[in-house]
Amino acid sequence: MSHTDEAPQQAAAAAPAQAPPQGREKKLPARDRLTVILMVTIPLLLVLLLVWLPALLSVVLSFGKWNGFGGVDTIEWVGFQNYEDIATIYPPFWPAIQHNLIWLGFLFLFPTLLGILLAVILDREMRGSRIYQTAFYMPVVLSLALIGFIWQLFYSRDQGLINDVFGTQVDWYGDPDINLWAVLVATAWRHTGYIMLIYLAGLKGVDASLREAAAVDGASEVKTFFNVIFPVMRPINMIVVVIVVIESLRAFDLVWVVNKGRNGLELIGALVAQNVVGEATRYGFGSALAVIMMLISSVFITIYLRNVFREERRG
Amino acid sequence: MSRLISSAVPRSAMVTMEASRRSVLRGMALSGLAVGGASLLAACGGGDSGPATGSGATVKFGINEAEGSGAAYDRLKAIADAYAKESGTKVDLNAVDHNTFQESINTYLQGTPDDVFTWFAGFRMSQFADNGLITDLSDQWPIDGLGDSFKQAATASDGKQYFVPISYYPWAVFYRKSVWEKNGWTPPETNDDFMALMDEMQGKGVTPFAFGDKDGWPAMGTFDILNMRLNGFDFHMSLMAGDEAWDGDEVKLVFDTWRKLLPYHQADPLGRTWQEAATSMGKGECGMYLLGTFVVDALGENGEDLDFFTFPQLDSSIAADSLDAPIDGFCVAAAGKNQEAGKAMAKWLGSAAAADAGNNGADAPFIAANDGASTSTYSDLQKKSAEVVGAAANIAQFMDRDTNADFANTVMIPSIQDFLKNPDDIDGVTASIQEQAASIFG
Repeated sequence: MSHTDEAPQQAAAAAPAQAPPQGREKKLPARDRLTVILMVTIPLLLVLLLVWLPALLSVVLSFGKWNGFGGVDTIEWVGFQNYEDIATIYPPFWPAIQHNLIWLGFLFLFPTLLGILLAVILDREMRGSRIYQTAFYMPVVLSLALIGFIWQLFYSRDQGLINDVFGTQVDWYGDPDINLWAVLVATAWRHTGYIMLIYLAGLKGVDASLREAAAVDGASEVKTFFNVIFPVMRPINMIVVVIVVIESLRAFDLVWVVNKGRNGLELIGALVAQNVVGEATRYGFGSALAVIMMLISSVFITIYLRNVFREERRG
Repeated sequence: MSRLISSAVPRSAMVTMEASRRSVLRGMALSGLAVGGASLLAACGGGDSGPATGSGATVKFGINEAEGSGAAYDRLKAIADAYAKESGTKVDLNAVDHNTFQESINTYLQGTPDDVFTWFAGFRMSQFADNGLITDLSDQWPIDGLGDSFKQAATASDGKQYFVPISYYPWAVFYRKSVWEKNGWTPPETNDDFMALMDEMQGKGVTPFAFGDKDGWPAMGTFDILNMRLNGFDFHMSLMAGDEAWDGDEVKLVFDTWRKLLPYHQADPLGRTWQEAATSMGKGECGMYLLGTFVVDALGENGEDLDFFTFPQLDSSIAADSLDAPIDGFCVAAAGKNQEAGKAMAKWLGSAAAADAGNNGADAPFIAANDGASTSTYSDLQKKSAEVVGAAANIAQFMDRDTNADFANTVMIPSIQDFLKNPDDIDGVTASIQEQAASIFG
């Protein structure tokens, strides 16, 4: 992990801006120091206990075979057997990896860009923009069970709205070549509003004088956005990227509502759940899947952290 | 182990200790995925005092139906009330949503479970018995009115009884009486009749079989019945137990027969729920539907226009006298605090009085396991169900109750769906099942 050696530099870089007048070499009063120590150690302990310890135990458990009956002494250690089985004889695994990647690409290309576009348009404070805003954001507020139900009304093969209106017999949720795209559209419905709101909040924070200056210089709206606003929005852009990556990795709920993540809707998150939640209790096998998911996400996290720290060192 | 020391250490302390150790470990191991359900289920146990049984005692009763979930909850509530009234025992009802209950059963039983809880016969029950999670009830058996087949279904692999049945429902081929009368169709006696009937239906533009497998489990019923008809009950059970090869000729024959029957089934089953399939049968678009009696629930009527027949014989050397008829009932949790009260209540739950209390307490009656239960509230459909199951020589519990849950859920559901997507690759599907079965059954 790169952050261990870079963290001190980050602190050093950030300090001058907020350094108290007497200089940062001077020691803090005892009470303040205690406060700082508590504020650092308590969250740190919580993170270690709730995030890193379970993660580590998952890794340990992934080398065993355990159905959850009896104590931990009943775990049968099988080495890399689970990983080998996942890669060789577990048919849903490779489709799941592929689907997660498709999910990531799709989210970036369509709903994210659309959400940004909507935010830019709504930022112009046209008439009724609040109504549009509410309409676009509504799906984000709805519960997933409800979203699954709403889209079932559209997609049902025999009784769905789409097939009824167009007189088709497309098996939207059942055909494994189609259902991933059908679910992606439903996801986009939600994701667009989410990105829109975040981006809109960012746009509202952009200093109005920047736009005025650009306008005085005679820049067009489009040019202003790409050359002035977009670079200023860098932190928000970064957040959007992170959100999209996280959303596509942990994508789970909609496919679970549709068909528990089977038959064309396999995703790694759904496979983990199939193996450890519910009556199937293949804890070792499920943990191995979770570890694989963790490894994949740590690739993205590493890239992100590297990027952030490099920027801060420069700045 | 822990049960041996339990006499030295106060029982309540043991249970709490064990519960916290296990739930903490589990929580860590699963990154908190599964703990939510456990804490929901294990409603904290207050200190209970007073006599173990009879008047003044308390027995905790965990049920797999949430309050207000309809007839199923009403029945269990009525049963609990009747027992409280009759025995003077206070029944402390813990009602949990059906899926939540089922999904957290493992953590529930290893934490602080209720004394008596709703459960199913079959492998699912036997597995708990093997792991010491439920209490031996063999001293409560025999129970008046419960015949040998029910005793058999209540027996775990060690030959002792751990379960008390209350009701069951058969899987069979359902059809609309009015539709069949209009077309002059009658239930097929032989396989030839059966094939002729399906061809006739297709000729009239009716799809013979309604079919939906979006949820993954309904198609297991088709596999079960074909396997029982083609390879016999004994083979079916040992296949479920992991003692037969899944890539052998017997299983291939099942899939091959199924492949030939698929053109008579509704197309695109993987996008259709069983409720939607039932609706197609209800509307007369499909001629019949292989499902459990619960098919009535999706039709929104009391089933007066419904009738059924058991799946016809396919192999002349194998009698058509086996069927799936899952049995619901009760177990006593080994970690429950009040074992005596739990056992006493479990025995009563098997009685005709318990079944009657349940059936009088709800609109939709179930089919009682006990011979002595009143059938006055039964519809014709229920009377016939009782008759057919009574006449069956062998009763299976349904694939996901007869085999390891890990195998049924993570291997069989996707494999059957793969077969339905691509029915021509039987060798590929069976080979994949066998590889995974070998890895799970070890």
